[in-house]
Amino acid sequence: MIKVKNLYKSFGSLQVLKGVDAEIKKGECVCVIGPSGSGKSTFLRCLNLLEQPDSGEINIDGVNVMDTKCDVDKLRLNVGMVFQHFNLFPHLTILENLTLAPLKLKLMTESEAKKKAMALLERVGVGDKADCYPNKLSGGQKQRVAIARALTLSPKVMLFDEPTSALDPEMVGEVLEVMKQLASEGMTMIVVTHEMGFAREVGSWVYFMDEGVVSEDGTPKDLFENPKNERTKSFLSKVL
Amino acid sequence: MVNFIEDFKFVFLEGNRWKFMLDGLKITIGVSIASVFVGLALGLILAIMKMTAVKKGKRTILSVLANTYIDIIRGTPSVLQLLIMYFVVFRSRMGVMAAIISFGMNSAAYVAENIRAGIMAVDNGQMEGGRSLGLSYGITMRYIIIPQAVKNILPALGNEFILLIKETSILGYIAIYDLTKAANYITSRTYKMFLPLIGAAVIYYILTKILSIGLAKFERRLRESD
Repeated sequence: MIKVKNLYKSFGSLQVLKGVDAEIKKGECVCVIGPSGSGKSTFLRCLNLLEQPDSGEINIDGVNVMDTKCDVDKLRLNVGMVFQHFNLFPHLTILENLTLAPLKLKLMTESEAKKKAMALLERVGVGDKADCYPNKLSGGQKQRVAIARALTLSPKVMLFDEPTSALDPEMVGEVLEVMKQLASEGMTMIVVTHEMGFAREVGSWVYFMDEGVVSEDGTPKDLFENPKNERTKSFLSKVL
Repeated sequence: MVNFIEDFKFVFLEGNRWKFMLDGLKITIGVSIASVFVGLALGLILAIMKMTAVKKGKRTILSVLANTYIDIIRGTPSVLQLLIMYFVVFRSRMGVMAAIISFGMNSAAYVAENIRAGIMAVDNGQMEGGRSLGLSYGITMRYIIIPQAVKNILPALGNEFILLIKETSILGYIAIYDLTKAANYITSRTYKMFLPLIGAAVIYYILTKILSIGLAKFERRLRESD
């Protein structure tokens, strides 16, 4: 589904990604863990070209993303993204947040878009908030709306960039629950997270990133119980 | 007190001199309103030219042009701009038109900065949120960024209008009888300095005060809808 080879990215003189390789199969829920500044988020943002990689290969569902002829906007229809800070549109109601993209891109009629949006909002448990504005919602509700919004275009892959890091601790569970459900339905997911419990329980494969490379990867069981790399060991000993 | 009333009658009522003030006020307000629209239209174009650099991540020909224009306008006195527009460009004809264009061009430089700052003040996550949904830069700008930026920009535009009203007091330089020039004219006719000048100042003050109170109310309403 997704193949990444030798991905490099610098911000000015700061080299963030130094040759990342990854392969993600359809239906997998891949968790990316690692210390701050290791390039996890940058890696994720390169996958839908929110950051333009310097070099390397990215292939998503048979499309060479790095090709200059690749239609970025089309690619993003297949790659949904959920951000740490939700990035809901504050001037639009929850329902409008969901229907804006399908309507402006003329992918659905208004009634279709509304129907789909309501179904998604019900699914993430905020159906009753459809006509509210985002600032009336709690952090957890906002993030669930953001997940629903990313799903309106029926993407093939979902990217999660630390979806629970900006939440109050008591809100984390409800968001992870929605993600868990999504994973169990067979959505291909890449989740950058500090929630080790989630990675362990829901993740089908875990990448440990450090200093711009994937320094270890494996099944959650192997990686959490028998880390081979010294850096992985010391990181896990600190967070677990 | 009696003296004051006598003076007041002499300065403003005799010979219907208050009509000069009223006509001057009309010119002041008319030129200000017309200039603010010219400034807005031109400022929007300049802001878009400047923003091309933000989209590309580096300077563009358009952004350099806009920046140079803004730099020159801000670096020269508006009286001189007015004189040049009237005497050089318009060859001493159509004074009001020359004034509107001159003030409009001057205002545009500041308006462009306001618009740009208002757009930049919208969190970058909004652009990313829109783009991540497959929306183009243009659609994201139009439906997500601009509606939020308007709330930042409108109060600044109101301030710009208030500044413009005071700025138009230099209209006398090109022999247009605005409020200031009218007051000045009355002093030369009556040899009374105090009442005409203070009177004009009071009128400017009331005018700008009304506007700034209205603006503050408007801003509060904008914030409530957040």
